[in-house]
Amino acid sequence: MTDIAHHIPDALLASYVAGSLARPFAMVVAAHVSICEECRANLAAHETVGGALLHDFEPISVSDDLRDRVLGHLDDPFLAEPARPHGNPTYPAPVVEALGDKPPRWRSLGPGAKQCILEAGKAGSVRLLHIAPGFAVPDHTHGGLELTLVLQGAFTDETGRFGRGDLEVADDDLEHTPIAEQGMPCICLAATDAPLKFSSFMPRLLQPLFQI
Amino acid sequence: MKVTESICDPQLDAVRKTCMMVKERHISQRAVTARLKRTPPSGGKTILERMSVTLGQATSFSEQTEWMLKVRDARDRTAFASLFDHFAPRLRGMLMKNGFGAAQADDVIQDVMLSVWRKASSFNPERAEVSGWIFQIARNRQIDVIRKERRPMPEDLAMPESTDIDGEQVLGIEQEVQKLRSAIARLTPDQRDLVQKAYLGELTHSEIQAETGLPLGTIKSRIRLGLERLRFEMKGER
Repeated sequence: MTDIAHHIPDALLASYVAGSLARPFAMVVAAHVSICEECRANLAAHETVGGALLHDFEPISVSDDLRDRVLGHLDDPFLAEPARPHGNPTYPAPVVEALGDKPPRWRSLGPGAKQCILEAGKAGSVRLLHIAPGFAVPDHTHGGLELTLVLQGAFTDETGRFGRGDLEVADDDLEHTPIAEQGMPCICLAATDAPLKFSSFMPRLLQPLFQI
Repeated sequence: MKVTESICDPQLDAVRKTCMMVKERHISQRAVTARLKRTPPSGGKTILERMSVTLGQATSFSEQTEWMLKVRDARDRTAFASLFDHFAPRLRGMLMKNGFGAAQADDVIQDVMLSVWRKASSFNPERAEVSGWIFQIARNRQIDVIRKERRPMPEDLAMPESTDIDGEQVLGIEQEVQKLRSAIARLTPDQRDLVQKAYLGELTHSEIQAETGLPLGTIKSRIRLGLERLRFEMKGER
Protein backbone atom coordinates (compact mmCIF):
# COMPACT_ATOMS: atom_id res chain seq x y z
CA MET A 1 0.00 0.00 0.00
CA THR A 2 1.37 3.38 -0.97
CA ASP A 3 1.40 6.25 1.47
CA ILE A 4 -1.75 8.27 1.30
CA ALA A 5 -1.15 11.98 1.80
CA HIS A 6 -4.62 13.47 1.26
CA HIS A 7 -7.30 12.23 3.64
CA ILE A 8 -10.97 12.79 4.43
CA PRO A 9 -11.64 16.01 6.37
CA ASP A 10 -13.42 15.58 9.72
CA ALA A 11 -16.62 17.34 8.69
CA LEU A 12 -17.06 14.87 5.82
CA LEU A 13 -16.40 11.86 8.05
CA ALA A 14 -18.81 13.09 10.73
CA SER A 15 -21.43 13.71 8.08
CA TYR A 16 -20.87 10.21 6.67
CA VAL A 17 -21.24 8.65 10.14
CA ALA A 18 -24.39 10.70 10.75
CA GLY A 19 -25.81 9.64 7.40
CA SER A 20 -26.32 13.21 6.22
CA LEU A 21 -23.78 12.99 3.43
CA ALA A 22 -25.25 12.79 -0.08
CA ARG A 23 -24.94 9.33 -1.57
CA PRO A 24 -22.34 10.12 -4.28
CA PHE A 25 -19.98 11.49 -1.60
CA ALA A 26 -20.77 8.64 0.77
CA MET A 27 -19.53 6.26 -1.91
CA VAL A 28 -16.22 8.13 -2.21
CA VAL A 29 -15.81 8.21 1.58
CA ALA A 30 -16.55 4.48 1.83
CA ALA A 31 -14.10 3.77 -1.00
CA HIS A 32 -11.31 5.81 0.61
CA VAL A 33 -11.87 4.24 4.05
CA SER A 34 -11.69 0.80 2.43
CA ILE A 35 -8.06 1.45 1.47
CA CYS A 36 -6.91 3.93 4.16
CA GLU A 37 -6.14 2.74 7.70
CA GLU A 38 -5.84 6.26 9.04
CA CYS A 39 -9.31 7.26 7.93
CA ARG A 40 -10.72 3.92 9.08
CA ALA A 41 -9.43 4.64 12.58
CA ASN A 42 -10.78 8.17 12.29
CA LEU A 43 -14.15 6.85 11.20
CA ALA A 44 -14.16 4.52 14.21
CA ALA A 45 -13.48 7.58 16.38
CA HIS A 46 -16.51 9.39 14.94
CA GLU A 47 -18.68 6.29 15.46
CA THR A 48 -17.50 6.19 19.05
CA VAL A 49 -18.55 9.81 19.50
CA GLY A 50 -21.97 8.77 18.18
CA GLY A 51 -21.98 5.94 20.71
CA ALA A 52 -21.10 8.30 23.55
CA LEU A 53 -24.01 10.52 22.53
CA LEU A 54 -26.34 7.51 22.40
CA HIS A 55 -25.19 6.47 25.86
CA ASP A 56 -25.85 10.01 27.04
CA PHE A 57 -29.42 10.30 25.76
CA GLU A 58 -32.15 10.70 28.31
CA PRO A 59 -33.70 7.20 28.37
CA ILE A 60 -37.39 7.11 27.49
CA SER A 61 -39.00 3.94 28.79
CA VAL A 62 -40.15 1.38 26.25
CA SER A 63 -43.26 -0.73 26.60
CA ASP A 64 -43.15 -4.29 27.94
CA ASP A 65 -44.94 -5.20 24.76
CA LEU A 66 -41.98 -4.09 22.62
CA ARG A 67 -39.57 -5.90 24.92
CA ASP A 68 -41.57 -9.12 24.69
CA ARG A 69 -41.88 -8.74 20.94
CA VAL A 70 -38.12 -8.39 20.45
CA LEU A 71 -37.23 -11.21 22.84
CA GLY A 72 -39.90 -13.37 21.19
CA HIS A 73 -38.35 -12.91 17.76
CA LEU A 74 -34.85 -14.11 18.64
CA ASP A 75 -35.42 -17.58 17.20
CA ASP A 76 -37.10 -16.37 14.03
CA PRO A 77 -35.46 -17.43 10.82
CA PHE A 78 -34.06 -14.42 9.01
CA LEU A 79 -32.47 -13.64 5.73
CA ALA A 80 -28.87 -12.64 6.13
CA GLU A 81 -28.05 -9.42 4.31
CA PRO A 82 -26.71 -10.19 0.87
CA ALA A 83 -22.92 -10.28 1.07
CA ARG A 84 -21.19 -7.20 -0.24
CA PRO A 85 -18.55 -7.87 -2.89
CA HIS A 86 -14.86 -7.58 -2.09
CA GLY A 87 -12.62 -4.93 -3.55
CA ASN A 88 -9.87 -5.71 -6.04
CA PRO A 89 -6.44 -4.05 -6.38
CA THR A 90 -7.92 -1.19 -8.42
CA TYR A 91 -11.52 -0.83 -7.30
CA PRO A 92 -12.40 -0.77 -3.58
CA ALA A 93 -15.45 -2.76 -2.46
CA PRO A 94 -18.04 0.06 -2.68
CA VAL A 95 -17.01 0.72 -6.31
CA VAL A 96 -17.14 -2.97 -7.20
CA GLU A 97 -20.62 -3.02 -5.68
CA ALA A 98 -21.71 0.04 -7.68
CA LEU A 99 -20.32 -1.60 -10.84
CA GLY A 100 -22.46 -4.65 -10.14
CA ASP A 101 -19.28 -6.75 -9.89
CA LYS A 102 -18.56 -6.16 -13.60
CA PRO A 103 -15.74 -4.24 -15.31
CA PRO A 104 -16.48 -0.56 -16.04
CA ARG A 105 -18.10 0.30 -19.38
CA TRP A 106 -16.11 3.29 -20.52
CA ARG A 107 -17.50 6.03 -22.74
CA SER A 108 -15.20 8.45 -24.50
CA LEU A 109 -15.08 11.99 -23.22
CA GLY A 110 -12.75 13.23 -25.94
CA PRO A 111 -9.01 12.76 -26.44
CA GLY A 112 -7.39 10.79 -23.63
CA ALA A 113 -10.40 10.79 -21.33
CA LYS A 114 -13.14 8.23 -20.66
CA GLN A 115 -15.82 7.98 -18.04
CA CYS A 116 -18.18 5.44 -16.58
CA ILE A 117 -21.11 6.92 -14.70
CA LEU A 118 -21.94 4.85 -11.62
CA GLU A 119 -24.90 6.83 -10.37
CA ALA A 120 -26.51 10.12 -11.28
CA GLY A 121 -29.52 11.68 -9.68
CA LYS A 122 -30.86 14.58 -7.72
CA ALA A 123 -28.24 14.18 -5.01
CA GLY A 124 -25.45 14.56 -7.57
CA SER A 125 -23.43 12.02 -9.49
CA VAL A 126 -20.52 9.69 -9.06
CA ARG A 127 -18.41 8.36 -11.91
CA LEU A 128 -15.14 6.72 -12.76
CA LEU A 129 -12.75 8.79 -14.86
CA HIS A 130 -10.01 7.21 -16.97
CA ILE A 131 -7.33 9.64 -18.10
CA ALA A 132 -4.48 8.62 -20.39
CA PRO A 133 -0.94 9.53 -19.24
CA GLY A 134 -0.10 13.15 -19.96
CA PHE A 135 -3.70 14.08 -20.70
CA ALA A 136 -5.75 16.55 -18.74
CA VAL A 137 -9.19 16.27 -17.33
CA PRO A 138 -10.85 19.25 -19.01
CA ASP A 139 -10.44 22.37 -16.93
CA HIS A 140 -13.63 22.94 -15.07
CA THR A 141 -15.13 25.11 -12.40
CA HIS A 142 -17.42 23.61 -9.86
CA GLY A 143 -20.94 24.40 -8.98
CA GLY A 144 -20.59 22.74 -5.63
CA LEU A 145 -18.53 20.17 -3.76
CA GLU A 146 -16.44 17.71 -5.72
CA LEU A 147 -14.53 14.75 -4.32
CA THR A 148 -11.93 12.98 -6.47
CA LEU A 149 -10.32 9.79 -5.23
CA VAL A 150 -7.38 8.37 -7.18
CA LEU A 151 -7.65 4.60 -7.65
CA GLN A 152 -4.80 4.04 -10.11
CA GLY A 153 -1.89 6.13 -11.39
CA ALA A 154 -1.65 9.74 -10.28
CA PHE A 155 -2.52 13.26 -11.29
CA THR A 156 -1.11 16.64 -10.43
CA ASP A 157 -2.87 19.95 -10.44
CA GLU A 158 -2.42 23.43 -9.00
CA THR A 159 -2.84 22.07 -5.48
CA GLY A 160 -0.40 19.15 -5.55
CA ARG A 161 0.15 15.52 -6.50
CA PHE A 162 -2.52 12.90 -5.95
CA GLY A 163 -1.68 9.20 -6.10
CA ARG A 164 -3.53 5.98 -5.29
CA GLY A 165 -5.80 6.54 -2.30
CA ASP A 166 -5.43 10.33 -2.25
CA LEU A 167 -8.62 12.33 -2.01
CA GLU A 168 -8.97 15.80 -3.47
CA VAL A 169 -11.71 17.96 -2.01
CA ALA A 170 -12.68 20.82 -4.32
CA ASP A 171 -15.38 23.43 -4.03
CA ASP A 172 -16.57 26.60 -5.72
CA ASP A 173 -13.29 28.36 -5.10
CA LEU A 174 -11.06 25.93 -6.92
CA GLU A 175 -10.47 26.07 -10.63
CA HIS A 176 -7.95 23.37 -11.42
CA THR A 177 -6.54 21.33 -14.25
CA PRO A 178 -5.60 17.82 -13.16
CA ILE A 179 -3.08 16.21 -15.52
CA ALA A 180 -2.42 12.48 -15.44
CA GLU A 181 1.16 11.47 -14.72
CA GLN A 182 3.22 9.43 -17.14
CA GLY A 183 2.99 5.70 -16.59
CA MET A 184 -0.33 3.99 -15.95
CA PRO A 185 -3.58 5.66 -16.98
CA CYS A 186 -5.05 7.56 -14.07
CA ILE A 187 -8.36 6.18 -12.83
CA CYS A 188 -10.36 8.30 -10.39
CA LEU A 189 -13.66 8.03 -8.58
CA ALA A 190 -15.25 11.47 -8.80
CA ALA A 191 -18.40 12.66 -7.09
CA THR A 192 -20.15 15.98 -7.40
CA ASP A 193 -23.38 17.47 -6.15
CA ALA A 194 -23.73 19.75 -9.16
CA PRO A 195 -23.27 19.42 -12.91
CA LEU A 196 -19.67 20.21 -13.79
CA LYS A 197 -19.20 23.34 -15.87
CA PHE A 198 -16.33 23.20 -18.31
CA SER A 199 -14.54 26.45 -18.88
CA SER A 200 -12.72 25.12 -21.90
CA PHE A 201 -12.40 22.05 -24.07
CA MET A 202 -16.04 21.12 -24.30
CA PRO A 203 -18.86 23.43 -25.23
CA ARG A 204 -21.44 23.85 -22.49
CA LEU A 205 -24.08 22.70 -24.94
CA LEU A 206 -22.57 19.25 -25.05
CA GLN A 207 -22.71 18.76 -21.30
CA PRO A 208 -26.14 17.17 -21.18
CA LEU A 209 -24.98 14.76 -23.86
CA PHE A 210 -21.97 13.63 -21.87
CA GLN A 211 -23.61 14.08 -18.50
CA ILE A 212 -20.56 15.72 -17.05
CA MET B 1 -1.90 5.11 34.98
CA LYS B 2 0.61 4.12 32.40
CA VAL B 3 -1.78 3.62 29.52
CA THR B 4 -2.30 7.33 29.06
CA GLU B 5 1.37 7.86 28.44
CA SER B 6 1.99 4.82 26.39
CA ILE B 7 -0.76 5.31 23.85
CA CYS B 8 1.07 8.38 22.62
CA ASP B 9 3.72 6.14 21.20
CA PRO B 10 2.27 3.04 19.62
CA GLN B 11 5.63 1.47 18.96
CA LEU B 12 6.66 1.88 22.55
CA ASP B 13 3.30 0.51 23.50
CA ALA B 14 3.80 -2.57 21.36
CA VAL B 15 7.16 -3.13 22.99
CA ARG B 16 5.70 -2.72 26.44
CA LYS B 17 2.90 -5.12 25.59
CA THR B 18 5.42 -7.69 24.49
CA CYS B 19 7.40 -7.38 27.69
CA MET B 20 4.32 -7.75 29.83
CA MET B 21 3.13 -10.72 27.88
CA VAL B 22 6.44 -12.49 28.28
CA LYS B 23 6.58 -11.72 31.95
CA GLU B 24 3.00 -12.51 32.81
CA ARG B 25 2.17 -15.37 30.59
CA HIS B 26 5.49 -17.06 29.92
CA ILE B 27 4.77 -17.48 26.28
CA SER B 28 7.54 -18.66 24.05
CA GLN B 29 9.51 -16.00 22.22
CA ARG B 30 8.29 -17.25 18.88
CA ALA B 31 4.67 -16.95 19.81
CA VAL B 32 5.18 -13.40 21.01
CA THR B 33 6.77 -12.37 17.75
CA ALA B 34 4.15 -14.11 15.70
CA ARG B 35 1.14 -12.87 17.58
CA LEU B 36 1.72 -9.69 19.47
CA LYS B 37 -1.85 -8.85 20.20
CA ARG B 38 -3.67 -12.11 20.67
CA THR B 39 -3.93 -13.89 23.99
CA PRO B 40 -3.40 -17.65 24.04
CA PRO B 41 -6.40 -19.95 23.52
CA SER B 42 -8.88 -19.35 26.29
CA GLY B 43 -10.06 -22.92 26.76
CA GLY B 44 -13.49 -21.83 27.93
CA LYS B 45 -12.29 -19.46 30.59
CA THR B 46 -14.45 -16.54 31.63
CA ILE B 47 -13.86 -13.16 30.09
CA LEU B 48 -12.25 -11.93 33.28
CA GLU B 49 -9.83 -14.84 33.32
CA ARG B 50 -9.04 -14.26 29.68
CA MET B 51 -7.94 -10.71 30.29
CA SER B 52 -4.25 -10.32 29.90
CA VAL B 53 -3.55 -7.47 32.27
CA THR B 54 -5.08 -5.36 34.96
CA LEU B 55 -4.97 -1.65 34.37
CA GLY B 56 -5.21 0.64 37.39
CA GLN B 57 -8.62 0.37 39.00
CA ALA B 58 -10.21 -1.00 35.87
CA THR B 59 -10.21 -4.75 36.37
CA SER B 60 -13.10 -5.76 34.16
CA PHE B 61 -14.88 -4.68 31.03
CA SER B 62 -17.97 -2.52 31.18
CA GLU B 63 -21.29 -4.29 31.77
CA GLN B 64 -22.28 -3.52 28.18
CA THR B 65 -19.15 -5.18 26.76
CA GLU B 66 -19.64 -8.23 29.00
CA TRP B 67 -23.26 -8.59 27.89
CA MET B 68 -22.34 -8.15 24.26
CA LEU B 69 -19.61 -10.80 24.45
CA LYS B 70 -21.96 -13.24 26.15
CA VAL B 71 -24.45 -12.67 23.36
CA ARG B 72 -21.75 -13.05 20.73
CA ASP B 73 -19.98 -16.09 22.14
CA ALA B 74 -22.73 -17.93 24.04
CA ARG B 75 -25.99 -16.60 22.49
CA ASP B 76 -26.93 -15.66 26.06
CA ARG B 77 -30.55 -14.44 26.16
CA THR B 78 -30.34 -12.97 29.64
CA ALA B 79 -27.37 -10.88 28.56
CA PHE B 80 -29.33 -9.81 25.48
CA ALA B 81 -32.27 -8.77 27.66
CA SER B 82 -29.85 -6.66 29.71
CA LEU B 83 -28.57 -5.02 26.51
CA PHE B 84 -32.16 -4.36 25.50
CA ASP B 85 -33.01 -2.81 28.88
CA HIS B 86 -29.94 -0.59 28.66
CA PHE B 87 -30.07 0.50 25.04
CA ALA B 88 -33.74 0.43 23.97
CA PRO B 89 -34.75 3.42 26.16
CA ARG B 90 -31.69 5.37 24.98
CA LEU B 91 -32.42 4.53 21.36
CA ARG B 92 -35.95 5.74 21.98
CA GLY B 93 -34.60 9.01 23.41
CA MET B 94 -32.38 9.42 20.37
CA LEU B 95 -35.09 8.59 17.84
CA MET B 96 -37.67 10.89 19.44
CA LYS B 97 -35.10 13.71 19.45
CA ASN B 98 -34.60 12.87 15.78
CA GLY B 99 -38.29 13.48 15.09
CA PHE B 100 -39.49 9.88 14.93
CA GLY B 101 -43.04 9.21 16.08
CA ALA B 102 -43.61 6.66 18.86
CA ALA B 103 -44.73 3.82 16.61
CA GLN B 104 -41.99 4.36 14.02
CA ALA B 105 -39.40 4.63 16.80
CA ASP B 106 -40.57 1.28 18.21
CA ASP B 107 -40.19 -0.33 14.79
CA VAL B 108 -36.64 0.97 14.45
CA ILE B 109 -35.75 -0.12 18.00
CA GLN B 110 -37.06 -3.61 17.24
CA ASP B 111 -35.02 -3.81 14.02
CA VAL B 112 -31.90 -2.44 15.65
CA MET B 113 -32.02 -4.74 18.67
CA LEU B 114 -32.72 -7.78 16.49
CA SER B 115 -29.73 -6.77 14.35
CA VAL B 116 -27.63 -6.62 17.50
CA TRP B 117 -28.63 -10.24 18.19
CA ARG B 118 -28.19 -11.43 14.61
CA LYS B 119 -25.00 -9.57 13.76
CA ALA B 120 -23.35 -10.17 17.12
CA SER B 121 -20.66 -12.29 15.49
CA SER B 122 -19.31 -9.19 13.76
CA PHE B 123 -18.84 -7.30 17.02
CA ASN B 124 -15.17 -6.91 17.81
CA PRO B 125 -14.42 -5.16 21.12
CA GLU B 126 -10.84 -4.55 20.02
CA ARG B 127 -12.11 -2.23 17.30
CA ALA B 128 -15.34 -0.76 18.59
CA GLU B 129 -17.12 0.02 21.81
CA VAL B 130 -20.65 -1.38 22.21
CA SER B 131 -22.48 1.98 22.22
CA GLY B 132 -20.67 3.11 19.07
CA TRP B 133 -21.38 -0.22 17.36
CA ILE B 134 -25.08 -0.02 18.20
CA PHE B 135 -25.17 3.68 17.28
CA GLN B 136 -23.93 2.80 13.82
CA ILE B 137 -26.50 0.02 13.38
CA ALA B 138 -29.20 2.48 14.45
CA ARG B 139 -28.02 5.21 12.05
CA ASN B 140 -27.87 2.74 9.16
CA ARG B 141 -31.36 1.52 9.97
CA GLN B 142 -32.70 5.08 10.16
CA ILE B 143 -31.16 5.87 6.79
CA ASP B 144 -32.67 2.70 5.31
CA VAL B 145 -36.07 3.72 6.63
CA ILE B 146 -35.84 7.33 5.41
CA ARG B 147 -34.09 6.90 2.07
CA LYS B 148 -34.95 3.31 1.21
CA GLU B 149 -31.48 2.63 -0.10
CA ARG B 150 -28.48 0.58 0.82
CA ARG B 151 -25.81 3.03 1.66
CA PRO B 152 -22.22 2.60 0.53
CA MET B 153 -20.10 0.99 3.23
CA PRO B 154 -16.35 0.44 3.50
CA GLU B 155 -15.10 -3.08 2.89
CA ASP B 156 -15.32 -5.08 6.11
CA LEU B 157 -12.10 -6.00 7.81
CA ALA B 158 -11.72 -9.72 8.27
CA MET B 159 -12.74 -10.90 11.73
CA PRO B 160 -9.96 -12.49 13.77
CA GLU B 161 -9.95 -16.27 13.55
CA SER B 162 -10.17 -16.71 17.28
CA THR B 163 -12.59 -15.13 19.72
CA ASP B 164 -9.83 -14.55 22.27
CA ILE B 165 -9.62 -11.02 23.43
CA ASP B 166 -6.76 -8.63 23.95
CA GLY B 167 -8.10 -7.32 27.24
CA GLU B 168 -5.65 -4.48 27.38
CA GLN B 169 -6.81 -3.13 24.05
CA VAL B 170 -10.47 -3.42 25.06
CA LEU B 171 -9.88 -1.69 28.38
CA GLY B 172 -7.86 0.97 26.57
CA ILE B 173 -10.80 1.76 24.31
CA GLU B 174 -13.19 1.79 27.25
CA GLN B 175 -10.95 4.23 29.07
CA GLU B 176 -10.91 6.52 26.06
CA VAL B 177 -14.68 6.29 25.89
CA GLN B 178 -14.90 7.38 29.53
CA LYS B 179 -12.74 10.40 28.75
CA LEU B 180 -14.89 11.16 25.74
CA ARG B 181 -18.07 10.99 27.82
CA SER B 182 -16.67 13.40 30.38
CA ALA B 183 -15.59 15.72 27.57
CA ILE B 184 -19.13 15.68 26.21
CA ALA B 185 -20.54 16.23 29.70
CA ARG B 186 -18.43 19.39 30.01
CA LEU B 187 -19.85 20.97 26.85
CA THR B 188 -22.19 23.91 27.15
CA PRO B 189 -25.84 23.04 26.40
CA ASP B 190 -25.56 24.87 23.07
CA GLN B 191 -22.45 22.97 22.06
CA ARG B 192 -23.94 19.65 23.07
CA ASP B 193 -27.03 20.41 21.06
CA LEU B 194 -24.89 21.14 18.01
CA VAL B 195 -22.87 17.96 18.43
CA GLN B 196 -26.07 15.93 18.73
CA LYS B 197 -27.48 17.56 15.62
CA ALA B 198 -24.27 16.87 13.69
CA TYR B 199 -24.19 13.17 14.60
CA LEU B 200 -27.93 12.64 14.21
CA GLY B 201 -27.81 13.80 10.62
CA GLU B 202 -29.59 17.09 11.22
CA LEU B 203 -26.73 19.19 9.87
CA THR B 204 -25.48 18.94 6.31
CA HIS B 205 -21.81 18.42 5.62
CA SER B 206 -21.34 22.11 4.79
CA GLU B 207 -23.15 23.13 7.97
CA ILE B 208 -20.85 20.90 10.01
CA GLN B 209 -17.88 22.43 8.24
CA ALA B 210 -19.11 26.00 8.66
CA GLU B 211 -20.25 25.65 12.28
CA THR B 212 -17.49 27.29 14.27
CA GLY B 213 -19.19 26.58 17.59
CA LEU B 214 -18.97 22.84 16.94
CA PRO B 215 -16.15 21.40 19.03
CA LEU B 216 -15.70 18.48 16.65
CA GLY B 217 -11.92 18.38 16.78
CA THR B 218 -11.74 18.87 20.54
CA ILE B 219 -14.18 16.09 21.20
CA LYS B 220 -12.75 13.69 18.76
CA SER B 221 -9.19 14.23 19.95
CA ARG B 222 -10.24 12.58 23.23
CA ILE B 223 -10.93 9.38 21.41
CA ARG B 224 -8.39 9.70 18.68
CA LEU B 225 -5.40 8.61 20.69
CA GLY B 226 -6.93 5.34 21.74
CA LEU B 227 -8.18 4.45 18.32
CA GLU B 228 -4.92 5.43 16.72
CA ARG B 229 -3.63 2.14 18.04
CA LEU B 230 -6.08 0.31 15.84
CA ARG B 231 -4.32 1.58 12.76
CA PHE B 232 -1.25 -0.42 13.52
CA GLU B 233 -3.22 -3.58 14.00
CA MET B 234 -5.15 -3.07 10.79
CA LYS B 235 -1.95 -2.59 8.87
CA GLY B 236 -0.92 -6.08 9.87
CA GLU B 237 -4.14 -7.51 8.53
CA ARG B 238 -4.28 -6.04 5.10
